[in-house]
Amino acid sequence: MLFSLLVMSAPYSSQSSQTAFSFAKTLLSEGHQIHRVFFYGDGIHNASSLASPPQDEINLPIQWKHLAEQKNIDLVVCIAASLRRGLLNEEEARRHEKPAANLESPFEISGLGQLLEAAVVSDRLITFGT
Amino acid sequence: MRKILFISRKSPYGTSAPREALDAILAASAYDQDLSLLFMDDGVFQLIKNQRSKKIEQKSMEASLQALELYGIDNIYCQEESLVSRGLENTDLIFDKIKLLNNQAINDLMANQDQLISF
Repeated sequence: MLFSLLVMSAPYSSQSSQTAFSFAKTLLSEGHQIHRVFFYGDGIHNASSLASPPQDEINLPIQWKHLAEQKNIDLVVCIAASLRRGLLNEEEARRHEKPAANLESPFEISGLGQLLEAAVVSDRLITFGT
Repeated sequence: MRKILFISRKSPYGTSAPREALDAILAASAYDQDLSLLFMDDGVFQLIKNQRSKKIEQKSMEASLQALELYGIDNIYCQEESLVSRGLENTDLIFDKIKLLNNQAINDLMANQDQLISF
């Protein structure tokens, strides 16, 4: 079955972020496919390359990065939610004249249309963190 | 065309969820799908008339929700039980034509969708 995930909670603030990641891993190990993971609201913080948790805690942005690179998953953060909260890629940092970019790769910044497209093409869209 | 129900369950100014729900459905309206919006739980507080959110430096949800009509989103529902349990009536609400649904009707509405997106 083809799934998409909508993640709306920040890592470390809410267990939902970890649950979303565990759910994604389990989907793949059970033979399902993931079309896209869309990060919205506080969920965009899962894509920060600056997250620096203690070494004995999971680093969710890095875990998402590894999973996406191994399994070729589309990770998209909402541009409106990201800019408000100070999550920028190189292009947006230049456009808004900010001193740094902090979007982990391979996360991409895009619009809410990517959420709707995921809802349309996926068999299931599962929401985490509301 | 798929049937997608957006559910908005949070009060208007406590969190960013109501605004993000609205932004999401407005963006979705460009993609020619069968969209509906349901207000339930504390989400019904978004619908109250005469909001004066400038006092807390927030844009008015009352004004923002008017965009639904401009974007052609006509299927707007409100859970009747959420209204009643909060001491509200439909004359308190900004949309004259909003459809009040009892819990059985909400079950039917949800069962009839391809996707639910809850905020």
